[in-house]
Amino acid sequence: MDPMTKVPAPARRNFLKEALAGVLGFVITVIPGLAGLAVFLDPLKRQGNAGGRLVRVASLGAIPADGTPAKFAVVAEKIDAWNKFSEIPIGAVYLRRAGAGKIVALNVICPHAGCFVTLQKSGKDFLCPCHDSKFDLDGAITSPGSPSPRGLDTMEVEVRQDEVWVRFQSFQRGKKDKVPS
Amino acid sequence: MKALLNWLDERTGCKKLVHEALYENIPGGARWRYVWGSTLTFALFIQFVTGMVLWMAYAPSAQTAWESVYYIQHEMWGGWFLRGLHHYTAQAMTVLLVLHLMQVVIDGAYKAPREVNFWFGVGLLFLVLGLSLTGYLLPWDQKGFWATNVATSIAAITPVAGPAVQKLIVGGSDYGHHTLTRFFALHAGVLPACVIALLAGHIYLFRRHGITAKQPRRKADAAFWPDQVLMDAVACLAVLATILLLVIRNRGAELGAPADPSEQYSAARPEWYFLFLFQFLKYFPRGTEVLGAIVIPGLLTALIIAMPFIGRWKLGHRFNLGLLFSMVAGAGLLTYIAVVEDSKKPEYLESVKAAHWEAERVKVLAKSPSGIPAMGAASLLRADPMTRGPKLFAKHCASCHRHGGGDGMGNPVADPVTAADLKGFASREWIAGMLDPARIASPHYFGGTKFKEGKMVRFVNRDVAKYDDENKEKLKKVVLALSAEAALPAQRTADQQDAVAISEGKKLISSDEMRCTECHAFGKADEDATAPDLTGYGSRQWLIDFISDPAHSKFYGSRNDRMPSYGRDKVIEPQAVELLADWLREDYYLPPAAR
Repeated sequence: MDPMTKVPAPARRNFLKEALAGVLGFVITVIPGLAGLAVFLDPLKRQGNAGGRLVRVASLGAIPADGTPAKFAVVAEKIDAWNKFSEIPIGAVYLRRAGAGKIVALNVICPHAGCFVTLQKSGKDFLCPCHDSKFDLDGAITSPGSPSPRGLDTMEVEVRQDEVWVRFQSFQRGKKDKVPS
Repeated sequence: MKALLNWLDERTGCKKLVHEALYENIPGGARWRYVWGSTLTFALFIQFVTGMVLWMAYAPSAQTAWESVYYIQHEMWGGWFLRGLHHYTAQAMTVLLVLHLMQVVIDGAYKAPREVNFWFGVGLLFLVLGLSLTGYLLPWDQKGFWATNVATSIAAITPVAGPAVQKLIVGGSDYGHHTLTRFFALHAGVLPACVIALLAGHIYLFRRHGITAKQPRRKADAAFWPDQVLMDAVACLAVLATILLLVIRNRGAELGAPADPSEQYSAARPEWYFLFLFQFLKYFPRGTEVLGAIVIPGLLTALIIAMPFIGRWKLGHRFNLGLLFSMVAGAGLLTYIAVVEDSKKPEYLESVKAAHWEAERVKVLAKSPSGIPAMGAASLLRADPMTRGPKLFAKHCASCHRHGGGDGMGNPVADPVTAADLKGFASREWIAGMLDPARIASPHYFGGTKFKEGKMVRFVNRDVAKYDDENKEKLKKVVLALSAEAALPAQRTADQQDAVAISEGKKLISSDEMRCTECHAFGKADEDATAPDLTGYGSRQWLIDFISDPAHSKFYGSRNDRMPSYGRDKVIEPQAVELLADWLREDYYLPPAAR
């Protein structure tokens, strides 16, 4: 008989066999699938930094006296999957003196889509290079066409003697309210 | 639903495809002997699924490979299970490949017109072995590192192109980042792509020629669905059950200590299914290894490839059968010999035990609050007193000293004891023993040294031996105070509790009454001291200074017996002296439960 000839399905179907073959086929494929799925979903259990953490960012003397913002790297301990770093950059902030002893800290990340905003040469406002949003020195939106849902994120600042500490935190992008991410 | 299927069928012809797949004709009906190809396809499916997810968490570089596998194994949801599934399915595939090959040869399925398909199959066999070989290195643990080193060194003995081939495989002349990136690209990219191509050809040709029916046919012809599908599914389930059993029994695949080119690993062996080659090579004396590693395996492979032609001759099929059976039996025998030989080698067994210990230890260190540094987990073991201390002790100290009667690694020592047993050094128990007339002159303390008849031994034997109850109480306080000088981590709580007795003991050590300061200095410099300074006795700095230079005036000075000045003469690196001191003081990380 020519091996390429296809035999027709038998007239009397054996449902028990068909069901069993189907169930077994399902079981054997689903087990490795589930094992893979569990590991794939593992990132869901990892916690972000909801409360933020207090990080020493700069000494008071490093912040310009004239009220112009200055950019500082935030260097802190970080657990990155298997590695534990004692000091590694985790972000950046703009620090500015706003009157008597008050320091304002702004996260450099644009709340719209996460681009790194830059201080304009004039030193009077911030510009997001991705969608041309402008923010004033307090972080409020100044350009009417800005797609950003909120102004730049401020963070809690503590001055301890001559050291500026910031409660560094990231917030979800694209939302009207500041929701920790 | 039906309308949707019809719509799809009109555009893709999927119904015909499914029909062709399911209603393949099987002459003589379904049989158990036809299941092997399906089990292999199923095993390959598992490898693709598990491999893809492992890929999402694996980072191939010398400082991250072991670390990312550690993370998969011990931190990620079900990671140990996934990795175990991948590991044991790889082993199952090797077994299934041999069974499939045997079934094909026994049934004569390699003969015309199926020669090309047979070669595709042989090609797949070698690709799967290549996947095993490359996968073995990826965790970058001691076992994979050293075993793969052997494999790539063997590649280098290939005539003419060997050294260049080795460099290309290894990604340079040394093992490093590029070894991993290349092995990983081969393992997850090149080889799987080749497998898919060959497998597609294999299945296409199999469908073209149809199954090689076993004669005589027992039953009427039948379709693939459902009888053969059911048999295949049952066989796949049996394979999966076996794999799951191994995964769960062994809690996934083993992960050894991270690769360290400076640490010996005598337990390096290839994966069990390559053991026969490893054993085979042992029979080839120097200069002839190329025969055992390349020429003979190459010739045997050529014979397998030539089977379809050999099979045409009158006795060809029988020859093929004989060849295959003797190869399988020979490999089995060689594997057996390799296992038996290893089980009789004490060094091998010790090495396996030590390897397990280090694998557990590095896990504890990786879970410790300090975690895995950017330098990688191998640096954790290199800086760990509990790991390095015993090795350093066995190398530098154990020819005279003992540690709990052994060499520090728990092995007996043949040399005579000529210095103190340092297990528990400076602890209350240890100091009390030294001040005990019954023990001070034993080999455990000064018995093996020239101080056996020294002033200290004489003092203990004459004065301490005659102590009345009041003096015995004072001596106890002296012991507490002297031991507290060491500030041993294990005695931290006890030292705090006995603070009063310790301060009284300190006064007693300084007093003339106890006679300590006649020879020793304590609490202040004493130029006339002739015995080791008791200030900070057994503390970290004291011990480091002592190991560095026991002949320093602060310690034995010119009266020093035989102990070398390890630090002063730069025999032991400063960092190693510190590790030794920390280990002797049992000052190393232990998980909270073990404290």
